[in-house]
Amino acid sequence: MENWSLVSICVLFGLTARWAVSLNSYSGAGKPPMFGDYEAQRHWQEVTYNLPVHEWYFNTTDNNLNYWGLDYPPLTAYHSLLCAHVAKLINPDWVELHASRGHESYGHKLFMRATVLVADLLIYIPAVVLYSFYLSEGSNKKKVCTVLCILLYPGLILIDYGHFQYNSISLGLALWGVVVLGLGWDVLGSLAFVLSLNYKQMELYHSLPFFCYLLGKCFKQGLAGRGLFLLVKIAVTVLVTFALCWLPFLSDPGQILQVVHRLFPVGRGLFEDKVANTWCSLNVLIKIKTILSTDTQLYISLTTTLLAILPSSIKLLMKPTLWQFKLALVNSSLAFFLFSFQVHEKSILLPALPVCLLLNDLPLPAIWFLQASTFSMLPLFLKDGLLVPYVVTSLAFLFFSIYLLSALEHCSEDKLRLGPYRRLLICMPRMDLGRVTKWKFYFSITAMAGLSFMSVALAPPAQLPDLFPLLVSVFSYLHFLGLLLYFNIVQIAEPPQSVRKNQKKSN
Amino acid sequence: NYKLTINKWYIVLCCGVVLLTMTVFSGYFSHSTDFEVHRNWLAITHSLPVSKWYHENTSEWTLDYPPLFAWFEYSLSHVAQHFDKEMLVVQNLLYTSPATILFQRLSVIVTDIVFIYAVKECCRSVREEKGSKDLLGHPFFILAALLLWNFGLLIVDHIHFQYNGFLFGILLLSVARHLQGRHLEGALLFTVLLNLKHIYLYIAPAYGIFLLRSYCFTEDNTDGSVRWSSFSPVRLVALGSIVISVGALSFGPFIAMGQLPQVLSRLFPFKRGLCHAYWAPNVWALYNMVDKALSVLGVRLKLLDVAKLPKASMTGGLVQEFQHSILPSVSPSITLICTLLSIMVMLSIWCRPRGARGFLRCLVVCALGSFMFGWHVHEKAILMAILPFSILAVESREDAGIFLMLTTTGHYSLFPLLFTAAELPIKVLLMLLFTLYSFTSLKKLFRGSLLNPLETTYLLGLVAVEILCEVVYPLSPWQHTMPFVPLLVTSVYCSLGVCYSFIRLYVSLLRQHGTDKHKQL
Repeated sequence: MENWSLVSICVLFGLTARWAVSLNSYSGAGKPPMFGDYEAQRHWQEVTYNLPVHEWYFNTTDNNLNYWGLDYPPLTAYHSLLCAHVAKLINPDWVELHASRGHESYGHKLFMRATVLVADLLIYIPAVVLYSFYLSEGSNKKKVCTVLCILLYPGLILIDYGHFQYNSISLGLALWGVVVLGLGWDVLGSLAFVLSLNYKQMELYHSLPFFCYLLGKCFKQGLAGRGLFLLVKIAVTVLVTFALCWLPFLSDPGQILQVVHRLFPVGRGLFEDKVANTWCSLNVLIKIKTILSTDTQLYISLTTTLLAILPSSIKLLMKPTLWQFKLALVNSSLAFFLFSFQVHEKSILLPALPVCLLLNDLPLPAIWFLQASTFSMLPLFLKDGLLVPYVVTSLAFLFFSIYLLSALEHCSEDKLRLGPYRRLLICMPRMDLGRVTKWKFYFSITAMAGLSFMSVALAPPAQLPDLFPLLVSVFSYLHFLGLLLYFNIVQIAEPPQSVRKNQKKSN
Repeated sequence: NYKLTINKWYIVLCCGVVLLTMTVFSGYFSHSTDFEVHRNWLAITHSLPVSKWYHENTSEWTLDYPPLFAWFEYSLSHVAQHFDKEMLVVQNLLYTSPATILFQRLSVIVTDIVFIYAVKECCRSVREEKGSKDLLGHPFFILAALLLWNFGLLIVDHIHFQYNGFLFGILLLSVARHLQGRHLEGALLFTVLLNLKHIYLYIAPAYGIFLLRSYCFTEDNTDGSVRWSSFSPVRLVALGSIVISVGALSFGPFIAMGQLPQVLSRLFPFKRGLCHAYWAPNVWALYNMVDKALSVLGVRLKLLDVAKLPKASMTGGLVQEFQHSILPSVSPSITLICTLLSIMVMLSIWCRPRGARGFLRCLVVCALGSFMFGWHVHEKAILMAILPFSILAVESREDAGIFLMLTTTGHYSLFPLLFTAAELPIKVLLMLLFTLYSFTSLKKLFRGSLLNPLETTYLLGLVAVEILCEVVYPLSPWQHTMPFVPLLVTSVYCSLGVCYSFIRLYVSLLRQHGTDKHKQL
């Protein structure tokens, strides 16, 4: 069959799964007074539509920042404004100032879900298809399988179409950046990434690899000649894009400061709820949050984050290839997730995006990571009433990715790049590391299934009400830490011969 | 390992469809009338003695399937009581709870195992094409995908709610057994099927003629006509005993209790009108439309008096009587005669049997003929022609062309089953998925275009009809004064396509008959 029809079938399948999930409940459905992220997005439409630009980020009589105040960069606000205009056409009640607060109806839910689907269809899905076809290796059939697996990643589907957010826009724009950079258009790539950064500040997790990749490329071309020209071109692009995005706020420095203050709420503490990162897991042993002052927490997290991203960034700077770039994206965003300040459980989607790009190269670790990342958000899904979609989409993803990418057949030591471990663990008795990994994978999937079952079916003991969410996050944290080490080692170690050849081709 | 790879892909298909249906039902908490119908039957069979089953009428959805299906519901109800006992109370009309929904939806998915097995058996009996290396282009795989991912079956069973997967599973298994030459098994399965749902009586003539001609007569003359001396009474007795014993098992208790007339009156309610509330896309839809057009024209030209016209209500809903104003009204006996005439062509397999494939073609003609001319036909009945026809479609180029026409229009005509806004994307996406797959895979299989430009234009017209009916029209002012127009347009437009496919299928059967004769001369 022709490729285009196979791809269309995959995309249609992905869309069907998305819409099927979106028939489910959303975050904060029927839970006044604060509701959830769904209401936040609706509220932003109301605010941006009814208030002048300079009031969007300020606390005024018409804009109570304590009730889901706008805390995303300007592009999100513009997107809300656009959606609000459409909403106004359909039903003015949906964006009525004050009166529409907490509005919930069948029609409105459909409208909101449709906006997510449209954004996904316009931004994220084309990027996935382009990436798989132009930047991944293998036969056409394999590329089609990659498209399907990336599109079926449950974490993104459940957060965007179940919980309710527009991650497909920010992640999609970042992916466009990767695709365009991979195709060699550096200026366009940086433009796409800046747009994504201006949609969601969390994209900062990805910014260092983008920076290092482009800088490394300039170095390679020689900073005295063409490299400098390229550097200037990129710098101008970035500055102009930023300026255009922030245009309405540039007139007044107070505006800029207020927006920045809204974007980075330092006062909110090291972490909230249960997050599968270092601080939350460490908090089980030592109560860091109470012992240390906020400033100390900030410095510690900053230092550890920087230390964690340093190796991958330096390696990328020295060797700016697409392969290194993808791995650096994983390593940097995962390090940010594990060590930085004020991390949400949903931020795991940021490392998940570049891991999706590795599905073709390192199927088993990628699937493992993606499944663990979905699992780490289990408490959130349970709160939103998304148990059945969580189970079904996870099963579907595991089944299709393992089956179609033949993940379990390609796990020799070489294919998994486990060579360095062999050198590190020289004292260990000889055993097949590939097989050990496979067994660890089976064990971990079983444990995830068991923990999911326990979270749903068992009541926690009275003195430990948060037992299961904590177990879930610590268990996922161990996975993330292990995989961070693994991906770092894969990046630092020299790739095998076959990969190097392919890189030359794609460059 | 070729077989292994094929099996692997078969499993992918099955799991894909099962997971998809599970995702859909997880968010799908609205329910159709059929959902309540089956809940009510669970309650009736569980809480009442057998003698009351066909007398119970608390709900308007009385038990109107044959006894074996009642027993099927009875066995399901024993599992159901572990989910939620309340759904088994007859008085709890329109009862729903999450556990009830979960049970009902799961029961459909689980009984689909029969269908999955039957599809595999059908695929195994497809003729192997030599030379095709590509697995995805293999007829086995294409047939499996066309059957398992059939759009109509997916939405009727898993979104609307019915047990068609289970029933069609038995039908396809019976067809597969005939293709494999295991005729007694095939006959047994079909008899069981008839006692589960009597709508399959429509295709019983094909079975009857085929078994009598090709099974009870063991030899043909050299010119293919029947050799009367080869009649085997043993085989006829074997067939007869199968039919009678299954019938006795199913209807026996009710005959013993003297309830047969009551059961039959439930099974064949002729009180209903010629067409269902939403006209199935068949000849009568066109007939109604012509009548309507003539009456409007007559009033315009002042040839008719408005006051004298019968109140032709076409508003849909529960009104099922449609009085024709110009053309003569149609009675059940006329539809019966038309149906019989339309399937007369089946007698050709009496004169010149062409094995199990000839039988399959007759079965499809039979199903489609009764769909075209039957009394009070449901739009869902089109699946009875589409599913068996898939087997022929992967074997011949001409059939593939007819198949594409028939399935696309037939499936589109099912759209009004799902009418809420939330279901719109699901049905459009699933339909696109299936249609895109069937077009590209069959085109690849037969290496070339299968439709002529006119047919393509007609099918593209469906897109226009969809946009007009579900996007443009609801926004227009006529939506309030004449809400029935979209259904009318859909029905009439689709009936054109279905009629066309029927005629082509008919011609293909006759032509085959002709070429056979020609060869002999």
